Amino acid sequence: MSDFVSDFWNLYVIVIVLGSILACAVLLIVQGKATFTPGKTMGHVWDETLEEYNNPMPKWWSWMFVITVVFALVYLALYPGLGNFKGMLGWTSGGQHAAEVAKVDAQVKPLYDKYMAMDLKAVAADKQAMEMGKRLYLTYCMQCHGADARGAKGFPNLTDGDWQWGGEAEQIVETIANGRMGVMPPHEALGGETIKDLANYVRSLSGLPHDSVRAGKGETAYTEAGCIGCHGADGTGMQALGAPNLTDKVWLYGSSEATIIETITNGRQNKMPAWKEFLGDAKVHLLAAYVTSLGGK
Amino acid sequence: MLKHEQIEKNVGLLFVLTLFVVLWGGLLEIVPLFFQKSTTTPVEGVKPYTAVQLAGREVYLREGCYNCHSQMIRPFRAETERYGHYSVAGEFVYDHPFQWGSKRTGPDLHRVGGRYSDEWQRAHLMNPRDVVPESNMPAYAFLASTKAKTSVAAQIEDKMGVMRMYANMRGIPTYSDEEIKAAKADIGDMTEMDVLIAYLQGMGTALSAMK
Repeated sequence: MSDFVSDFWNLYVIVIVLGSILACAVLLIVQGKATFTPGKTMGHVWDETLEEYNNPMPKWWSWMFVITVVFALVYLALYPGLGNFKGMLGWTSGGQHAAEVAKVDAQVKPLYDKYMAMDLKAVAADKQAMEMGKRLYLTYCMQCHGADARGAKGFPNLTDGDWQWGGEAEQIVETIANGRMGVMPPHEALGGETIKDLANYVRSLSGLPHDSVRAGKGETAYTEAGCIGCHGADGTGMQALGAPNLTDKVWLYGSSEATIIETITNGRQNKMPAWKEFLGDAKVHLLAAYVTSLGGK
Repeated sequence: MLKHEQIEKNVGLLFVLTLFVVLWGGLLEIVPLFFQKSTTTPVEGVKPYTAVQLAGREVYLREGCYNCHSQMIRPFRAETERYGHYSVAGEFVYDHPFQWGSKRTGPDLHRVGGRYSDEWQRAHLMNPRDVVPESNMPAYAFLASTKAKTSVAAQIEDKMGVMRMYANMRGIPTYSDEEIKAAKADIGDMTEMDVLIAYLQGMGTALSAMK
């Protein structure tokens, strides 16, 4: 793409390019016409006996040079190169990319259309769809959720059947398409002792070893500090807010007392990015089906 | 007409003529780029780096991220499917020096902005294997223990001044005096890791929605 600030640069490029090619051609002609005396040397002697003949260039070499000159002229006629001249083929790198994309899209569109019309359960049962879903997953999702989909600290495991934001088909589609923003606010103000009580209460909810005296105090604090607002009176969480169930065995950040204290004190926040704009509905649909097929249901 | 012997026996002349041959290509391939709008004006949405991002960019340069990561998405479907819209010249007008790179041990980073959460970036920089077990990227946990203002941002005002000079040479939007004055305050107590993440999260976002 040439969009020079003035026409001077257009001419500048044309003059230098054509001038250089012309100079090469002239050099070839001049060299071709030069006369040579066989056996005549350049007049140097190195290392006592080493001399250099002044012979014409090999014909094959000269012809290669001629070919490059012709090639350059043909190339410049077909492709952009001479200043603002776009070339007779109208080629651009952007155009080539668009053509490549259009070609593959035409190939895969029927597939995506077919799966888009099926519900997620049916797509999840389709072998080819899951092959595609897996590749999409490994390209876009594995960085956070892991190649085996079992997540990492702070990044949910997709195979364990625990869904922070809901495991229904439409909820998974919504999560992938528009992303999620999970926020656990910090509760430093409660004070170290109360937080420790709370941590013990939270551990008691899922049957983990705990200090029962502290857990008892923690139960009161759980209501008073407002934990029930998101995690519910029974600690089973609330999927609409992405508030985790505290009574199961699944821990996003860890279940040790120290980790729970850290979570309560400093809060946690993380984000699932929105993919709708980047991937489009059809790929989101396939990915959602793949995620439901991982056995997390 | 010059004879071989005259050139071969005169080092000065040999030097001048060699230089001429080397420069000839540059005269054609490099010089006109300075006078081409698509390479000198920002595409819509591209803004000068904020003070925080500029400091983060300094970390990127210092740690040699360019040795393993490119910032250049080529116009091939295989790349645009994975990373997003291919890179265009007008996105790099505020990059001095640009970080296109030429080697991808890790993925291209030109459109990494917004791709992952800040938390992911932090966990990943602390120890990449915590989130991607297959990764062979080194850990950069030490970035979290240095305040940017004592290292990469120590002379941020000067750096912004130089960036402003470059921008003024091209007549494109750049920093105001107030922005430069506020730079240190903007960076505050952020660590090197914080500013690096701010830089990464802003990367390539102007065209990220396009495909």
